[in-house]
Amino acid sequence: MFDYLAKRLATIVPTLIFVSMLIFGLQQLLPGDPAHVLAGEEQDPTVIAYLRTKLHLDEPLPVRYGYWVGGVLKGDLGESIRSQQPVLALVEEKLPVTLELAVMAMIIALVIGIPAGVVSSVGRGRWWDYAANGFALWGLSTPNFWLGILMILLFSVELGWLPASGYVSPFEDLRANLAAMIMPAFVLGNAIAAVLMRHTRSAMLQVLSADYVRTARAKGLSVPVVVIKHALRNALTPIITLGALEFGTLLSGAVLTEQVFTIPGFGKLIVDSVFNRDYSVVQGVVLVTATTYILLNLFADLASFVVNPRLRK
Amino acid sequence: MAAVLEAVPPKAPLQAGPWRRAGRRLKRRRGAIAGLVVVLLFIAIAVFAPWLAPYDPIETSWSAIRKAPDAAHWFGTDDIGRDVLSRVLWGTRASLLAGVVSVSISLLLGIPIGLAAGFLGGFVDGLISRIVDAFLACPFLILAIALAAFLGPSLTNAMIAIGVSATPIFVRLTRAQVIDIKVEDYIEAARAVGNSPWRVAFRHVLPNIAAPLIVQSTLAIAAAVIAEASLSFLGLGQQPPSPSWGSMLNTAKDFIDSAPWMAIWPGLSIFLLVLSFNLLGDGLRDALDPRQR
Repeated sequence: MFDYLAKRLATIVPTLIFVSMLIFGLQQLLPGDPAHVLAGEEQDPTVIAYLRTKLHLDEPLPVRYGYWVGGVLKGDLGESIRSQQPVLALVEEKLPVTLELAVMAMIIALVIGIPAGVVSSVGRGRWWDYAANGFALWGLSTPNFWLGILMILLFSVELGWLPASGYVSPFEDLRANLAAMIMPAFVLGNAIAAVLMRHTRSAMLQVLSADYVRTARAKGLSVPVVVIKHALRNALTPIITLGALEFGTLLSGAVLTEQVFTIPGFGKLIVDSVFNRDYSVVQGVVLVTATTYILLNLFADLASFVVNPRLRK
Repeated sequence: MAAVLEAVPPKAPLQAGPWRRAGRRLKRRRGAIAGLVVVLLFIAIAVFAPWLAPYDPIETSWSAIRKAPDAAHWFGTDDIGRDVLSRVLWGTRASLLAGVVSVSISLLLGIPIGLAAGFLGGFVDGLISRIVDAFLACPFLILAIALAAFLGPSLTNAMIAIGVSATPIFVRLTRAQVIDIKVEDYIEAARAVGNSPWRVAFRHVLPNIAAPLIVQSTLAIAAAVIAEASLSFLGLGQQPPSPSWGSMLNTAKDFIDSAPWMAIWPGLSIFLLVLSFNLLGDGLRDALDPRQR
């Protein structure tokens, strides 16, 4: 157990180092002198000089990387050029909003995706298998920002049931919060549901042909008991691991969904900073995302390690 | 001796090759064929857009602002009086181009790197694998947005950003395939007769790992089309006034209550094109790689 843990942790360190290099390297893509680009349209010489010293632009690249990583390790992700706020504070402010959206989307995806996958694997070749597969293809092929626009058209413009935009904090008014979040969460969850359905279906198909499932059936257990207690339980391990990988899709999707529904979250932060040329915010957001993703995968691996005794040998 | 030679039966009928068999399997899959037909249709639209489009896609008309679909403008007009049908037809070019060019970038970068990692193993493999892990840790679209942001917004930069962001998948796939087959006898034999490592890699390994790469490329084109539309929707792809489906949807969202037709057609086009590539990719996977079914 500890061997595995140590080995798994050892692979994370170099990955994190390369992630930091990659994100730091983004700055090198800026055309021309970063100080001039960052100084905006005014090109104030004092601002440019200030940026030069602040970003250590006169130092060689590896030294600058050292300064940057040193700051990151101390929790200093830089400062927003626009609002003068620390990037970490901005991230902390916006993250809960996106987290709520992501959790709601994941719940919707699980509620749709796993039953759809189970039903389609049990009825392989029947019409509901085709229907579930059709749903998965639809989910994978629909751009979520388009689905968002269509839902606004139907539920806000035509029917007037839900607000088209406007975020309310759940601590202020939970009802208004849920009304504003349900459409974006569905839009975001839809694509993940499709992926989960496919994973569940193939994991279930593998498990359903296993000997112990046949034994359980032969013993006279009913189909639902066998499917849920024996098959699904064993198929869940790969579904958990693959589900954790969907976190990236969730965040990528959140960028677009937040843009469509004007939700002031993480995704909106990155897009706004791109247009404000607030590059340190962009770097900070990507860094936080990547680190979260790496840690989440670690937890998923550990979870499947704990759940599955065969891996522990 | 002569008698023995004569005894050899006339050339046995050649067994159909693996590609031909795959082709036959593909033909039996109606979904894949439908996907292929629609993809070809979109290619034709992209090529013949100048002749098919009834109007100039960037010509504005102040007398035809947000006109609902009618006989003169089948898909209606947009907020500055441009013909939506013409813009959708021309927009096919940006989407298809982005899909094909970005995946080509991924292949050109990913295959050699993957071959190197799988073949050389050891330190090189470890280094490449960690770098790939780092890239994969950044969500695809967020990395593409960051790259496009630093490179500057344009269709070309969007294609580079998408291509680079999708490269790690191809590195990983190529590497895994190479490791799988490099122990096969025919590869050993090719090495034993003195072929250089690169010749073995490109002449003997690559053709034998082509099938999963083709499948992945087709599915990656679908993802790249959505990614280009997403970047253009955010304003980081094709710049106005040039038509692209993503940027049309970006404008359309502000007029959703007064001109819903502006949002329907570009979105439907993205959906159809992506769906077709997905159907084709799924069909190719079943036809080329029966093990993965």
